[in-house]
Formats: sequence, C-alpha cells, structure tokens
Amino acid sequence: MGSRYSFDNPDPHNAFITICREAEYGEGPLSGIPVAVKDNISTAGIETTCGSNILKGYIPPYDAHVITHLRSAGAAIVGKTNMDEFGMGTTTESSAFGPTLNPADPTRAPGGSSGGSAAAVASGMVQMALGTDTGGSIRCPASFCGIVGLKPTYGRVSRYGLIAYANSMEQIGPLAGNVRDCALLYSVIAGYDPRDGTSLDLPAPAPLKAEIAGKRIGVPAEFFGEGVDPAVAKTVQSGIDRLEGLGAEIISCSMPSMQYALAAYYVTSMSEASSNLGRYDGVRYGTAPDFVRSWHDAYSHIRKSGFGEEVRRRILLGSFALSAGYQGKYYAKAQAARQMVRNDFARLFETVDMLAGPTMPCVALPLGETSDPLSMYLADILTVPANLAGVPAISVPCGTAHNLPVGLQLIGKHRSEDEILSAALAFEEGSV
Amino acid sequence: MTVIIGLEIHCQLNTKTKLFCGCSTDYRDDGPNTHVCPICLGLPGTLPVTNKQAVLYALKVAKALHCKVPAFSEFARKNYFYPDLPKAFQITQYDKPLALGGYIDNEAENGGEKRVELTRIHMEEDPGRLVHKGSGDRGRYTLVDYNRSGVPLIEIVTEPQLSSPKEARRFLNKLRATLEYLGIYDSEREGSLRVDANISIKGYERVEVKNITSYKGVEKALTFEITRQKGMIRRNAQIVRETRHYQEARGVTTSARSKEMEHDYRYFPEPDLAPLEVSSWVDEIPLPELPDARRDRFVQQYGISQNHARTLTGDLKLAEFFEEIASDMPEIAAPWTADILLGELNYRDMPVTKVPVPHYGALLLEVKKGSVTDTSAVEILRLILNQVMEGQQPEMPGEIIARLGLSKEKGDSIVDTVASVLRENEAAVADHRAGKAGAINFLVGQVMKATRGRADPKEIAKIIADLLKE
Repeated sequence: MGSRYSFDNPDPHNAFITICREAEYGEGPLSGIPVAVKDNISTAGIETTCGSNILKGYIPPYDAHVITHLRSAGAAIVGKTNMDEFGMGTTTESSAFGPTLNPADPTRAPGGSSGGSAAAVASGMVQMALGTDTGGSIRCPASFCGIVGLKPTYGRVSRYGLIAYANSMEQIGPLAGNVRDCALLYSVIAGYDPRDGTSLDLPAPAPLKAEIAGKRIGVPAEFFGEGVDPAVAKTVQSGIDRLEGLGAEIISCSMPSMQYALAAYYVTSMSEASSNLGRYDGVRYGTAPDFVRSWHDAYSHIRKSGFGEEVRRRILLGSFALSAGYQGKYYAKAQAARQMVRNDFARLFETVDMLAGPTMPCVALPLGETSDPLSMYLADILTVPANLAGVPAISVPCGTAHNLPVGLQLIGKHRSEDEILSAALAFEEGSV
Repeated sequence: MTVIIGLEIHCQLNTKTKLFCGCSTDYRDDGPNTHVCPICLGLPGTLPVTNKQAVLYALKVAKALHCKVPAFSEFARKNYFYPDLPKAFQITQYDKPLALGGYIDNEAENGGEKRVELTRIHMEEDPGRLVHKGSGDRGRYTLVDYNRSGVPLIEIVTEPQLSSPKEARRFLNKLRATLEYLGIYDSEREGSLRVDANISIKGYERVEVKNITSYKGVEKALTFEITRQKGMIRRNAQIVRETRHYQEARGVTTSARSKEMEHDYRYFPEPDLAPLEVSSWVDEIPLPELPDARRDRFVQQYGISQNHARTLTGDLKLAEFFEEIASDMPEIAAPWTADILLGELNYRDMPVTKVPVPHYGALLLEVKKGSVTDTSAVEILRLILNQVMEGQQPEMPGEIIARLGLSKEKGDSIVDTVASVLRENEAAVADHRAGKAGAINFLVGQVMKATRGRADPKEIAKIIADLLKE
C-alpha cells in the first residue's frame, strides 16, 4: 500500500458523482489501474448516494465485498459514477446529480442505469469500471457507449454492499473498453462470499482464451421482433454472420416466454424495490427528518422530497403489486411468468451453448427524449430475460447503426461466464 | 358464555449471536446501540445470513412440542414503517413456516390433562426498542435502541382451545418450563417471552390483545378483556373485531384502532435468503428430559405425590434444586420445597438459585431428626433467606438453633411448662373436662406460646392428657 494515483481529470460527460483525486492503490493484478465504481456500491469513507437526494451525505462505514477485492487486487478507486436514481432507469437521466452525456455523442444519453461507469470508460477516463445490472443496467450503457459489459450469473459476484434495487435479479459486473479488461476485472470480483446468502461457491474463472469454433449459438426469432430498429437488427445480423464465419454454428430458435418477460421483470423489480427502499426514512442516515412532526408525517415528508419521480412511481406500483387482494394478480403471476422464462432458457440450452442477438433494440437516445416511462421500459425487452433467469450475458461492440454504437449480446448458461467471455473475445479479435 | 382463547407467544432464543448477523445478543448491562453492526442497523447494501444455531434451537422446540417440520420453509418480509424497524420490514415467516401442528399437554381444571394443539411455529427477528422521554406537547421525544434489533425469536401460535385465563396461565407456565428445559430460552432476560392473545365469547367477534410484555400479565389482561366483553354482551353492545393494547400499569386493554395501525404487510418471500430445507436435521437433534417425563420420574424415584412432582418440575431450576437435596429425605424435601420454600421465595420474589443448598439441606435434616419443630424450622428458613437477600453470609441452621435457643423442648422439660399453663387456665381445663372440643387446642396454643414454638403440639397434647388423668 501507500502508492497514490492522481486522478485530476476533467469530467466533461458528468460521469462521476464523486471523484477521488488522490486514490491509494497497492500491489496485485490491478495494481495502479484506475477503476471507477457505480455509486450504488458501498465504499467505506466515500459518499455513496445511489444517485439520490435521499442518500446525500451518506458515507458507508464498510466496504462492499467487491471493493474489498478491488483494493486487495491493487486497484486505484478513483471515484463513484453517476447512475439512474437507485438504478431505476435506462438513460442515467433520473440521477439527482444531472444526466451523464454519451461520449460517443454528447447530445445523447449513455444508457443506464450504469451510464456513468460506461461513460467513464468510453471517454478514456478510466480503464475499467464496476456497474450493476438488474434488468440490463450494465449491458445497455455498454451497448450505447460502444464498450464491453458483463452481467455475471446470479450469485457469482457477492452483492454484499450493493445497495439493493431488486435483490433477486441484480448482479455487480465489469465494464471495460475491451473483453480482456472486462474479464480481468471480472476475475477479481467473482467468488464466494459467506455474507451473501445467495452467493455461489465455484472455482475461480479460467484464464481467458479466444474460442468460438464449433459453438452452437441459438438466435431466437423474438430477439429480432417488433420494436427492434431495423438498422440495429442489420448490424447485429452481420455480427452474427461474423460469428458463423469464425466457425460457430448458428441455430434459429424460439423463446415464446419473451412476451411475458417485461411484465414479469417490472412487477418483480418494483415489488422488491418497494420493500428495499422502505428504510430511507431519515432516522439513521441521509437527510434528517423534522422532529417537530410526528414520525409518520416526518417519514412521508422525507420520502416525498428525497426520492425522485421515477423512484416514487416504482415504489407505489410495487407496493400495489404486493398489496392484499392484488398480490395474486400481479406479484404471484410475475413469479409464474418468471418461471416460464427460466424454463425456456433451460430448454434452449439443451441444444445450444449460448444465445445471440442485439443487446438493445435501438441506439442511444437523445437526452430528454424518454419522458414517457412506458416507452423507456420497453427498451429493456432484450436484456431482462437474463436477469429473470439469473444467467450470464455480455454486450460486446458490434459496429454501428445511425453512426452510433451497437452491441451484440451473448447470453450463456448458468455459470458459463468463461464461455461467453471466450466467445466475445474471439468476436472482438476476429480470430478463432 | 363460553370463553375462547388462542395465544401467540414470542420467545427470544438465547443464541450467542443475532439471527442474521454476528452481533452478540447479551446486551443486558450495556449502553444503547452498543450491540449493533451495519446488518442489524439495516444499512444500505447489507444482507442477512441465517444463524444456524437459531434454526437448530427453533427445530428443537418444534421437536419437543411434537410439530411437523415441512421439507421446505422460507423467510418472508413483513413490510411496515416504524422507527424501531430499521429496514422497514421484519424478516419473518409467512405461509411457509418452519413447523406446523404440535401440542402441549396442559394441566386441566380437574387436575387431569388437557391437550392444547398448536397451529405453527415460525422464526423471526426482533425489532429494536423505543424509549419515550420528556413530557408535554413539545417536550416529548423518543430514542431508538437497536441492541435488540435482530435477536432471534420464535412465535408459537396455539389453536383457540384455551377456555379461561387460569388455563392460559397454566399453559404458559408449562410452555415456559419446556422452553427452559430445552435450554434455548433465558427467562431472566427482560421481555424474553411476550404474548398476544385472541379472545372471544362464543358466538361473538374476536379481539386481539397485543403488548402483553410479561407472561405474568396474561391472566390479568385476559380477565379484564373477558369481563369487558361479557359486560358489552349484557348491555347488548356490539363487540367489534379489533386489536387492543394491554396497558400493564393500569391493567386494562384499550383500542389500538388508528390509521397507522391498519397495516397491509405486503408479505413476499425474502429474496436475500435461500429457502430452508432443514427437516432432515430434526432427527439429529437430541432432546433433554422434559417436564412431563421428569414429573413421572420424580413420582417413581422419590415416591412423592403427583401434585408435588408437578410443582417441583414446573420450573427447571426448582427441579434441579430439589434433586440436589432430595436424595436422603424426599418425603420431607418434597412438601417443604413445594409448599413452604416456594411460598417464601414468591413472597420475596427471590429465585430458587439463590437458596444456599447446604443450609437448606441441613435445615431439612434437623426437621427429619425432629430436633426443631416445624414452626421453628420455618422461622430458621425465613432468617436464612432474609440473610441472603440482604447480602449477608447466611448462618447454618445449627448456629441459629443454638443462638436463638430453638431446640425442641421435649418430655420433662416441658411438663413443668404444661403444668403451669394448666394451673393458670382453670376455666379452660374445666371446659375440657366438660367435653368442649376447642378447649384442648386453646391449651396447646398457650403452651406453644410459652415455649415460643419450640415444643411439638402433638407431644403437648399428650402431656396435657397425661397430666389431667392424674
């Protein structure tokens, strides 16, 4: 320990909420490498806000599991990146700290919710960054900013210290400019943690090597269905042709449960969020309540003024979905639909090694365009199935459409990060 | 009017650490918020990890109470806002509890046994504790202590099969004894057993009484509530289905109805914890000898009465105490301990563990030898207990007998006393000779008074008879 990384760069894209200008680092595989961390991952001594006013001033007294690993791998943690408030968004525009600009086109949003992490990498401010992915929040901004982003298998990376939005679906994962850096960061954060009851105890990730020849890659028709921008579809289709050129076997298939995926995802995530976000009452941290009021009124006041509109919308919808008389209609049905998605993946993975398609149905949107929440939710259609089933998925740059980056998504079986990283590397390097 | 009572009993498990974190549960002598960590404070990003010991303790109770443990159970979140609840949800169990069914054989009104069936047992975490301070409209404030937050609880729910406050009290005594025998519960921790009760008069709505913080308050709370409900029925007033709070200080229940109390808890499975698949653990869990078995053994082994055996085994510490002193003289130890010692202890609110075994044993030995009268022995016992209460080194009974001259007066030494009592009470002697039954008792009492209780009443009566014959 003891070495210091001076990080005094300008932040023209508003990628960071907090910048650590003098970051300590040590020895290890990430020694001296600047790493940015999404602001919903707890960092001892560094303010952690989740992009929300309600957590302004909150300095965690403990490190998340992944931060402990970053530190012991020698990384220089140079700051906390901007995000949609509590991860609830696809554009990073719902942050209480202003929107992040997309380095590929600063008039556009970087995607979200890990938009700050993606922009910090895409602009070259940092070599790699941690994001979190609940319904596509790593892969979407990776796709929109033209970088690589991996959502690991549910349980592969400890969630201890990750401030929860939707516990049953979210994972911490790496974003980087290329597959090798992405895999390196992944290898540092993956592993068992007894403090996370859903953590998996698996062998360490294998060394990365480009490998795709002979792989059977399924392409569900639904991945190119209604709502996918034809220009994006064309770019991704040519990417899939390149996979075939590298020796992969492309197999057409179908995933009928896709029609329920968005509803299942939003009902589940909002329900869990309504419970997870109950604790922000101003008693123990964050903005202090006005004690002259009764506790009940003070809570209402703090929560009304501390949360942004999208967060309040999701808390209310989630509370409704769980409430007596409606739970069977919404939450329980969403769980049944979720099981159908899991079953579909299980069935497909009996015959294919991985699935391929676009990460996002569109390219990065102009800032301020998505005022309608419903159309924003629809953009998650291709990323949420992996979260519902807990399987790993990666977005890797695949060319452009409308002169903007497009991502190819590879979705693997449970615990097959090594396999999809190897395929992504082969794709990226154009080699077998 | 038939009374129907069902109970929900919350019992703190005496594990070393809390249910979902490593904090110590023994915070009794420590300041507020000293046994807390990011997890039990519910800080953002923290996750629960289930304490295996707590699950084993809960399963031990389930086994002892004859419950079924399903192959699959799960934790769920009970969502509500309250300042003592740091996550705004309590991790508990909802529709898939740890254990189902089961029963307790309870002492019935007629001295026999009545089986009380259980609905379920589930696990949950205790919330923190609120401390209300100040006074007046603007001066009142509340402090929060999270030391208790996350302490493991089991909730035991009975079927509505209890029919009187007395029966409910006996049930709780039996349950408490069983939990103590299992070694999973510390009765000396404040608030370690808390009870909610559902009470109705057959044919009318039921009322839930919450906030009975001591098991001793249960009988009073139930009695009040039943009287209230019966009174309403007599006045043709309508009993509404509601939650009422027991006000311990005033001994009354008051309606808890207010907007804040009307909860929709929005239960759903706790996503941070894997389901519990622990039914296979049950066979491995050893059970100690439980109160019923110990009672039967006491009857067999010591030849004491069923009633004495039940009393003596109704409290683990008392049973252990009895076994320490019983072996030589169970026929004396049983009535003395169950009838006399227990009364003296209750009077002083003194735990049996404070009774010095060598002193008590020596006292019983003096009683057995006949060297003191029962009256003197009770006096000696009281002296010893008072010395212990006052923090003094208690005297041995032999020392007390010598110091106070309490040796039983026998034969010749009391003949003179009896003779003088007879001389001084000629009227009573005449009554006795005339066949008045009460006269002899009066005369014996006078001799007892004169000897300050050191003579055996039977012996006095005999001497009186002998002297009057002459």
